Order: sequence, then structure tokens, then C-alpha cells
Amino acid sequence: MVSGPLFRLTGVSFAYDRGTPVLDAADFSLWPGDTVALTGPNGVGKTTLFHLMVGLLRPASGTVEAFGAVRRREKDFHAVRARAGLLFQDSDDQLFCPTVAEDVAFGPLNLGKSPAEARRIADATLDAVGLHGLAGRVTHTLSGGQKRLAALAAVLAMEPDVLLLDEPTNALDAETQERLTAILAGLPQAKVIISHDDAFLRRLATRWVRLDGGRLVEDG
Amino acid sequence: MTAIADTGMSGRTSLDGAVLGPSLDPVWGEGGGADPRLRVVGAALFALLVVALQHLPALLAALAMAGGAAVTVRLPLGATVRRLLAMDGFMVLALASLPFTVPGAPLAVGGMALPPLSAPGTWQALTILAKANAVMLMTLALVGALGPVRLGRTLARLGAPDKLVHLFLFTVRYLDVLNREYRRLRTAMRARGFVAGANRHTWRSIGWLFGMLMVRSLERSERIAAAMRCRGFTGRFPNLADDRPLSARDWGIGLAALAAMAALGLVDVLW
Repeated sequence: MVSGPLFRLTGVSFAYDRGTPVLDAADFSLWPGDTVALTGPNGVGKTTLFHLMVGLLRPASGTVEAFGAVRRREKDFHAVRARAGLLFQDSDDQLFCPTVAEDVAFGPLNLGKSPAEARRIADATLDAVGLHGLAGRVTHTLSGGQKRLAALAAVLAMEPDVLLLDEPTNALDAETQERLTAILAGLPQAKVIISHDDAFLRRLATRWVRLDGGRLVEDG
Repeated sequence: MTAIADTGMSGRTSLDGAVLGPSLDPVWGEGGGADPRLRVVGAALFALLVVALQHLPALLAALAMAGGAAVTVRLPLGATVRRLLAMDGFMVLALASLPFTVPGAPLAVGGMALPPLSAPGTWQALTILAKANAVMLMTLALVGALGPVRLGRTLARLGAPDKLVHLFLFTVRYLDVLNREYRRLRTAMRARGFVAGANRHTWRSIGWLFGMLMVRSLERSERIAAAMRCRGFTGRFPNLADDRPLSARDWGIGLAALAAMAALGLVDVLW
């Protein structure tokens, strides 16, 4: 294991169009055992921060250090994505395979697992999130809550060390939200959670960070 | 068994009859049944053969074979007849005009000539009808019951280009998402009092609706690609497809089907 931070972002700046920076020399560190509540108004760049962390976007300046190494090129980030699982806001973006089981097996297969191993992992992970009976379902026939849990299983199947959760409880009914919260509370990984649901965040967060004006500020 | 009860697509797999084996594993698309490649290739060969047939006895035999296959895989009668009639509906005009337009001796029924109807034209119409229905019925029996997902995989195993197969499977997956997006936008338009008419406002609004759908689809495709990269996708799909070779039983079924088709061709040539 890495003894230092899992992620260290130093002086990271990013703008979609010139003149309106989303991040402006922002610093952020994530340590093992952290569960960070990442808050801030809509459109302030919280999702952008996640995408920078896993290399879907590159900063205009500053460095992204992950799992003990500075990451710059697409290739550097392949290893980061294997160890930092990003749960997308819209599960339809994440689930693209015909069936749930195949979707969950997609990550492990990309990591070089054998088909038999990938199946075993997929079955075990679906069990863990309580979706065992849905393994053969065609993904677009799932309910919104089932899709979110399936997407979480797809991320967990890669056995990541860090979870980046982008509004995980968004548009979930109370029951599914409860189930998701219980699952997340039982996971040992360091987490960063974007959410506007303070009650949910209070149950999980060990640190609060606010993104405002392009900077990340520790918040209580 | 709960997995099976919960499986949206397995309603189709349960159509597999005894001869073609039990249905495939609904989770991983494997199982003891006849290889789906046999079905696709069989249906294609059957179609080619039937289109080439010339004589009525062979055509009737082909229809009987297709009917036999439909019974074997237990195609639902009502739905199948509706589908066949839907196809026949497309051909009605052509078929009805053939007896009047093809030159030849007038059609005679029981010694009585029916002057406006030509005999060759009537035969042609009946031949086309029999061919189309035989091919359609066999395709429904063999390929229709596979379901789109297994059909896609089967095509991949038969050597169809990867890009085409992925396009097909992504279409299956996202058609419904796009359709829901369309309906949401459409509902939102109606909620603000939009009523489609034949005027500039309607055309422009519908144009914007489809423009917005395109933009959203493009953005969604970028998000999907990003999500795939997050899970280690580097441009090549890992192969989860069942690489099981044809079993002895598969070979048996395949050879029997080939023999039946050869017999069909022979009957037609020798008649």
C-alpha cells in the first residue's frame, strides 16, 4: 500500500473555455480511510474535478499525483482508473452492455482477468449489492434504482482502492437510497462523494470539502 | 431459478423446443441447446434455397418444413400469423396485379376459363406468396427466438465485422434511452401548449427537437466512452462470447438440416 495520500492535486487549473476557469490553482488530497463530502453549487466543477482525477480531462496547469506517482499522459491514467472507480451521475451512461452480468464483468476483463474469473467476480459483486437475481437482465429494463446499484457493482468489480461517487443518491427512492447508504458505509475504500443531500453525507463523511470560486476549501 | 424468472429476455429463450435443446443460460448465454450459429446459418441457407425453387411440390414441402420448425420451437400461433399477415400485406398489391398483367393463357378453373386472369401470372403470384411465407416462417422459428443480444453475439462468432456487431448491440442498448429522451422532450413541449400543425412554428419546433436529440445523443456517447475508459477500455472489447465449438449433437442437427434441404432441392430439380 501507499503510505502517502492516494491522490494529491497541486495547483490544478482547468477551464472549458478561456476566461471562465472552473478550477483555479486548486489543491486537494485524499488519504486512505477518508470519506470526503464534496459540496458546492450546481455547475461549479465538482464532476470536472473527478474527471481530472482519473484523467478524462487534463489540467491546464498543476499536477495530478495518484497512488504515489505523478500522472500526465493517457497511459499513466490507465492504472489510476483501475484503482479509482468513478460512479457516473447517470447510470445509463455507465451500463452499456446487453446484460447486467456482462456489464459488471467488463471492467475485470479489461484488467486482464480470464472470462471464468470475470464471471465469478461479477456474480460475487452482484450478490454483494443485492442484485443477484438480475444478472441476466437486459440493462435498459432495470428500474432507476437497480441501474444505480448495477453501475456501483460494475465499479466495485474492479476492486478499486478509491471510490469517486458523483451524486450517488440522486433520483433514488428512500428505500434504494437507504440500501445504497448501507452498502457504501460497509465499504473500506477511501471515498469522495459529490452530493447535495446533507443528511446522506452526514452519515458517511469524515471530511467536508467545498468547491467554490475554483478552489477547494476544507469545511468544518 | 429466480434469475430466470427475473430475466426479461428469457421469455424468448423459453421458445427453444426439445429438438433444438433446452434454452441457453440466461445470464451468460450458454447452455446445452443447439448452437445459435446453426440457426442463423440454417435460416440463411434455407432462404437462398427456397428463393431458387421452381415447382409447386418443392415449395409446399418447404412451407411444411418451415411450419415443422415453427411447431418444434413452439412459436406462438397468434403472434406468428399476425407477423406473416403483416408481411403479406406489403405484397398484396403486387400479388393481386400479377394475374392481370402477366401475359399468357387465361386461367381455367374446372374447365371454365376466367379470361382476365392469366394462368402464368396466377402461378407466379402463388409462388411468390409461398416462398415469402416459407422463408419468413423459418426465420421467425430459427432466428426470431434468439433475441437481439444473442443474435448479435452469434453474428460476431460467425465472423461479422466487430464494428457492425457493436453498432448493432449499442443500438439495442440505447434505442430505448433515446426514445425515452424523445418522449420526455415531447411531453415537455406539450406541457407548454405545443400542438403539432402544418405551420412554420411546428416545423421549426420539431426541427429543434430532433437537433436537441442529436446533441444529447452525441454528448451521451461521449459520456459512455468516458465511462468505458474508466473501466479500463482501451479500444478492444474483451471477448466474453461463448467460444464453445460445435458439439457432436450440433453436427448431427446441422447435417440433418443440410440433408433435408438437399432433398428439397432434389425434389425441385427432378420434378
